[in-house]
Amino acid sequence: MIPTLPRPAWLRLGTALYVGAFLVFLFLPLVTVAVFAFNNAPYPAPPWHGFTLDWFLGNEASGRVGLFHDSDLLASVWTSTVVACWVTALAVGIGTANAFLMERARFPGKGALSLLMLTPLVIPGVILGISILAFASRIADFLSESFGLEADFLRPGLPLVVLGQFSFIAAIATLTISARLKRFDRTLEEAALNLGASRAAVLWTITLPYLRPALIGSAAIAFLMSFENFNTTLMLVGSDAPLTIMMYGRMREGATPVLNAVSLFLMLASAAIALTLVRRGRSARSD
Amino acid sequence: MSATASASSAPADLEARAVSKRFGAHLAVDNLSFAVARGSFFSILGPSGCGKTTLLRMIAGFIQPDGGSIAIGGRDMAGVGPNRRPVNMVFQQLALFPMMSVSENVAFGLARRGMARAERVRKAEAMLERVGLAGAGGKRTDELSGGQRQRVAIARSMVLEPTLLLLDEPLGALDLKLREHMKLELKQLQASFGTTFVYITHDQSEALVLSDHVGVMNHGHFEQLGTPQQLYYAPATPFVAGFVGNNNRVAGKALALEGALVQVGTAAGWSVRARAHGTIAVGSAVEAFIRPESAMLGRSAADFPPGQLAYTGEVLSLLFDGANSVVLLRELQSGQELRIALPQTGAYADLKVGDRIHFGFDPERAICFPAAAAHA
Amino acid sequence: MPELARAAWSRRLLLALLLAPALLWLSLLIVLPHLDLALLSFRERIAPRQFVPSLAQYRTFFTEPLYWHVFLRTALMSAGATALTLLVAFPIAWTIAKLARGRMSALLFVVCLIPFWVSETVRTLGWMILLRESGVLPQLLVHLGITAQPVELLYHDATILVGLVYTSLLFMVVPLVGSLESLDNALIEAAYDLGAKGGAILREIVIPHAAPGITAGCIVVFMLTLGNYLTPTLLGGKNSLWFTEQIYNQFITRFNWEQGAAFGFLLLALSTAMVWFGLKASGQRFSDVMRRT
Repeated sequence: MIPTLPRPAWLRLGTALYVGAFLVFLFLPLVTVAVFAFNNAPYPAPPWHGFTLDWFLGNEASGRVGLFHDSDLLASVWTSTVVACWVTALAVGIGTANAFLMERARFPGKGALSLLMLTPLVIPGVILGISILAFASRIADFLSESFGLEADFLRPGLPLVVLGQFSFIAAIATLTISARLKRFDRTLEEAALNLGASRAAVLWTITLPYLRPALIGSAAIAFLMSFENFNTTLMLVGSDAPLTIMMYGRMREGATPVLNAVSLFLMLASAAIALTLVRRGRSARSD
Repeated sequence: MSATASASSAPADLEARAVSKRFGAHLAVDNLSFAVARGSFFSILGPSGCGKTTLLRMIAGFIQPDGGSIAIGGRDMAGVGPNRRPVNMVFQQLALFPMMSVSENVAFGLARRGMARAERVRKAEAMLERVGLAGAGGKRTDELSGGQRQRVAIARSMVLEPTLLLLDEPLGALDLKLREHMKLELKQLQASFGTTFVYITHDQSEALVLSDHVGVMNHGHFEQLGTPQQLYYAPATPFVAGFVGNNNRVAGKALALEGALVQVGTAAGWSVRARAHGTIAVGSAVEAFIRPESAMLGRSAADFPPGQLAYTGEVLSLLFDGANSVVLLRELQSGQELRIALPQTGAYADLKVGDRIHFGFDPERAICFPAAAAHA
Repeated sequence: MPELARAAWSRRLLLALLLAPALLWLSLLIVLPHLDLALLSFRERIAPRQFVPSLAQYRTFFTEPLYWHVFLRTALMSAGATALTLLVAFPIAWTIAKLARGRMSALLFVVCLIPFWVSETVRTLGWMILLRESGVLPQLLVHLGITAQPVELLYHDATILVGLVYTSLLFMVVPLVGSLESLDNALIEAAYDLGAKGGAILREIVIPHAAPGITAGCIVVFMLTLGNYLTPTLLGGKNSLWFTEQIYNQFITRFNWEQGAAFGFLLLALSTAMVWFGLKASGQRFSDVMRRT
């Protein structure tokens, strides 16, 4: 019940306990991962053998390969970063174009198109992955058989991973940017035109600065979603594994705490991005 | 000030004794006592932040008082939850349930009492008919007009036959025209139900038109409790004089006492006579209040009865509002500004800005308070 | 009127420029690949590089018990995980929206969201370290004297459910908080004032009001759970028997794309049916639900 209605003591206590238990449930896995990054043992499991930085700094000579000397892991982090940058740039670009298209333009079939733009969000990632895989392979086969062209970028590999992730992250960017453009007061543009600005100047000095928070926000979300994506990536990946795929492979085999070390970095990076976004969001709302 | 509305000999349906509520350092309701007679329409009138909503919510049971007691229908309400009190409330934004039809809204409380469906449908229909909404039971709440929504909110509470109906500024959300209409309707509904209504508002006109008794609330206590006529003609404090109806406030010193009258002089040298309220010493600071309609206008000084002071003023502006038209004057010698009602005869319809005119007051209809009493 | 004609022409050019990326994206990455997948699922290989149209792939699904068992199991467990997520998330959403005030409420909300900014892989790693036989919780149970030997807490259906609920919480809490915040407290007070108790208020006022949020949350959670791969395979191990795993096996391991495409379409059909059904049941529009989440 709400605070203005009488709440019995057991209910208040129960609520407090529930919230506490919930927070433990939320953070327990994360804390566990972080703690075992520093355990002086070859496997991330109890008991506690003392504190070590081996899983960050160790090299082949010490018998324990730490994060900074694990070239496979570092390569996969780099692969993920490159993929995420591509996806972010493509998604924010098309998201902005789509926002203007849906909020400003009028054309037949607009309703159907706006519905179609949401569909990538309700298609399971695995299916997005296999459909793009199959379609790309068909085109590649066709090019190869008909023209003798070898279109390697249409075979499983990073270009396909980028396209696969982009296919649904673009929908998210479109939603985010459209939502902000919808709230834009168009009289501001009219005022700028009235004061003698050209259409390009209005876009550059009025509209895009207004969209800035949504552009930054959707870029951050796109980057994170790409970096963390697993389902679609799994179906499209070739020989260069992004980080999530690399981690998945090692987790099935039972890996050393080096995975905890890289996870800790991921957590810190995600938390930093999340907190910046939340803070920005709050100050943008109070404007 | 604590008081008891006891003009009627009927038993009290609501009785508050020394009720207090504090939010942190802020004393929202300060040792308040009053009683409301059965079947009467009682209003709590005050500016926003005066504590009237807190008081109403304590009566409803949504807030527990820090001290004192509240009795409803002769029964002490300490420890009785809001859903067990013989009290129902009409909320500020009405709080009609949008997920239910009009009829389901009205029958909601009956269903909670476990009444059979057929019976409660019948009762809800009868109640809707009583408030003039026969046949509207199947509608959605957002299909109704503002006035109809208001009636549904009242019907929803009245169908439970409460001892007391609390109304939390229910007219606040309506536009002016509808508000005037709903005032009338509310009064008629209260008369036909005969239930005790406790109504809170910041609109003095609503309080005056609707109520049998009004408590004027300020800083957590009642400045005055009385009939609308008492509040208007015999305000007990400067706050009431200033808050209820329009008034010209004149601050100055008591120059002389003439029986029940005080001669008040302003710093700028204007002087006026007014009836003294309370004890006033010569030389002390005072505040006098003069109602715009208690002043008289005249084309010449000879128009005024002998013995009455007459002044000459210059017309600053004319505020034409039909029967409520007013002229804003500046007294020539002192520069004192005053609002004076224009007589409805149209005798001064030719008045223009810049004209000179004579005016005067009946001292018996002006009232003077000691200035220190402002926060008694 | 050359001026007017030029303006109209440039407007049309601008529209084309804006429309082109959207159409390329949706046709090349969404519509055509799915049409291709459909074609793929309706053919059968009779000899190397020789295909005929056929329903064989779908026939296999219905005749091979393992396949439709796994399909049914995935659907039921997803439904169960959705219901559990709703139960777990509702009190938290209520606390955030109605009980906590001002900064406290905002803080609690942010704290609830933070774990979901971290990769699902990392969170699953945490659960594995906690739950496996040599992990934290089994050791703790032995230490506390509750079990004599460390027990394997991974690879059970319950473990999969816990993992799925954990992963899905965010997608339930956010729409719930949104819909509960918009519920005017005066409605609850009014219902209470008219004699309703907790249960009646929940049933008559809160749930009807929050229905759009509840539906939105359930649709999204069900969909994501159904399509999840990582959590069931890692927490369920060989016993996971999750349908996405079957798709992966057909497509990647066995290279039987025709069969994998048919499986993909069946999963897509189930997912779409549930979304459609949820929208019908709550009388909502698809676009509104998606904007809510």
